Amino acid sequence: MQEYSYAQALNQGICEEMRRDEKVMVLGEDVGKYGGVFGVTRGLYDEFGGDRVRDCPLNEAAIVSFGIGLAIAGRPTICELEFMDFLTWAMDPVTNQAPKLRYFWGGQVSVPLVVRAPVAATLGFGSQHSQSLEAWLIHVPGLRVAMPSNGFDAKGLIKTAIRDPNPVVFIESISLYSNKTPIPDAEYLIPFGKAEIKRQGDDVTIVALGAMVPKAILAAEALSNDGLSVEVIDPRTLAPLDINTIVESVRKTGRLVIAHLAHKTGGVGAEIAQQVTELAFDSLDGPVVRVASADVPVGASQFLEKMLFPDVPEIIKACRSFRR
Amino acid sequence: MTLSTAQQIEALRRMYLIRFFEDAAIRLYGEGLYRGSTHPYIGQEATAIGVCTALEAHDQILATYRGHGAAIAKGGDLKGMMAELLGKATGVCKGKGGSMHFAQNNVGFVGSNAIVAGHIGIAGGIALAHKLDKSGKVVAVFFGDGASCEGVFYEALNMATLWKLPMLFVCENNEYAISTHYTESISVPFIAQRAHGFGLPGVTIDGRDFYAVYNTTREAADRARRGDGPTLIEAKSVRWMRHSAVAAGAEKGERWKDTDPLPRLKQELLTRGILYEDDILEIERAALHEIRDAADYAIASEYPVAADLFTDIFT
Repeated sequence: MQEYSYAQALNQGICEEMRRDEKVMVLGEDVGKYGGVFGVTRGLYDEFGGDRVRDCPLNEAAIVSFGIGLAIAGRPTICELEFMDFLTWAMDPVTNQAPKLRYFWGGQVSVPLVVRAPVAATLGFGSQHSQSLEAWLIHVPGLRVAMPSNGFDAKGLIKTAIRDPNPVVFIESISLYSNKTPIPDAEYLIPFGKAEIKRQGDDVTIVALGAMVPKAILAAEALSNDGLSVEVIDPRTLAPLDINTIVESVRKTGRLVIAHLAHKTGGVGAEIAQQVTELAFDSLDGPVVRVASADVPVGASQFLEKMLFPDVPEIIKACRSFRR
Repeated sequence: MTLSTAQQIEALRRMYLIRFFEDAAIRLYGEGLYRGSTHPYIGQEATAIGVCTALEAHDQILATYRGHGAAIAKGGDLKGMMAELLGKATGVCKGKGGSMHFAQNNVGFVGSNAIVAGHIGIAGGIALAHKLDKSGKVVAVFFGDGASCEGVFYEALNMATLWKLPMLFVCENNEYAISTHYTESISVPFIAQRAHGFGLPGVTIDGRDFYAVYNTTREAADRARRGDGPTLIEAKSVRWMRHSAVAAGAEKGERWKDTDPLPRLKQELLTRGILYEDDILEIERAALHEIRDAADYAIASEYPVAADLFTDIFT
């Protein structure tokens, strides 16, 4: 099987869906001839033209609002935000409009919208280009939230996202864009709400999000040399969240670590920990441990960033904290 | 295409319907039959009616939370809207939208939105779809003087003009954003002047004059349909009532009634010899009956059931 990068895999997924459905559109800044700031839309302009792959002015609120309008009018639309941090400009369309129109208009519209939100954490971009804001989004009913951790999943999930008649925020990890994974020639889709056990284990469960998944796998490999058997679960989508797979694993291991790059307070880890507490409290040997960023803004200095973002050693430490 | 006699009579009928619908909405609110708030369109009727008369049936509109008038002007179902107001399952949005979120897609009323200016970009996206589909349809988006201060309005104005979208920006300048007069929040005397910096035509008209609104809209819609892009229409009117049924604050109230668009249209139809006084009385009476029937229907309708809470979230 040929290998492709995460960015190429996304590109393939979008391209295939645009070929399948001539209504599918791409809106964003520099997504046209330039091919996207990270190259994810490369070649789409040449194949599908400027009507369907539209360069937009720098106005995220209008980009997503126009995307919603197109979606309502029967054109599934992918809006690219260059960095997830720019979501703040688009919070009204993403949270007040896209996920609510169908509800408050009594089911009269569907909103097949995908908002792509790349996270640049750990790449030295500083406070306004490094945030993982997924927790804001899972709080909003009516939104779906996907967060793939590798190219294979990214391709299968973006295709599902584009076909979903509902609004999806698709969170990508820029730090993984160049990572290669084998991608089959045959078409495949990955359903939402289905976690994947990336590595089997019996002693500790790690639920890792996005760019923390490969780090969790490295940590698990290191720990296996110590005789600690670690299971790594990638939820792949946060809304819907496949809590059952997580709970089943916790029933086996009794120990849960949740790892994400987002800040600790009010992060997705808190929600997963609480759901596990509600569903499998009796199975837990001890408190759920969160591996997350401290509640401080992201500093641009390599040193500050390294201190802030959790990495393999922090995950290893968290897994060992259960050992008596 | 010139304005037909039938269209002018229908305009008067709809003006009565809006007036009586809003009277009923205020009364039912006062009686405690629904909660939240309601934002009456009284005094501004000629704007929505003038615009919707000039549009084709297949054209679409998006309106604000002060949107009952637009819904009725576009031909919305009165019973369904009244039931929606009262939060009933028979409402146009099954009781999930309420006063601020009326929608009726099958008459081209895409819907109302309760985030000030939040719908303007959405209207732009729909207009873009029409352009790409070569559907020949035009989208009109209503918004207030207050909304013209929101950033997304300018973003949408820029994109719609850049892409020459079949779209009408209809600013209903009723002078007040809750308590703030537009002269205290807007840096130019006319909101239509905003168009100059964006390269689209901007025109200020008397929004209480049905004929002025009709003619201006007709021209702007033709232009949009030809592929020449959007127009910003500032329709000036006067909001008689307070901002909403719950908003506090002293306002001019009764004194503003000399700006009423209704007697103005009535007089025009008499002068033009289109209707006699008796005809008008009959139209008025029939409209009142229709609104009463709608209110009775709404009151008699059932509320949603618990299971409805969880439907219409995802497709």
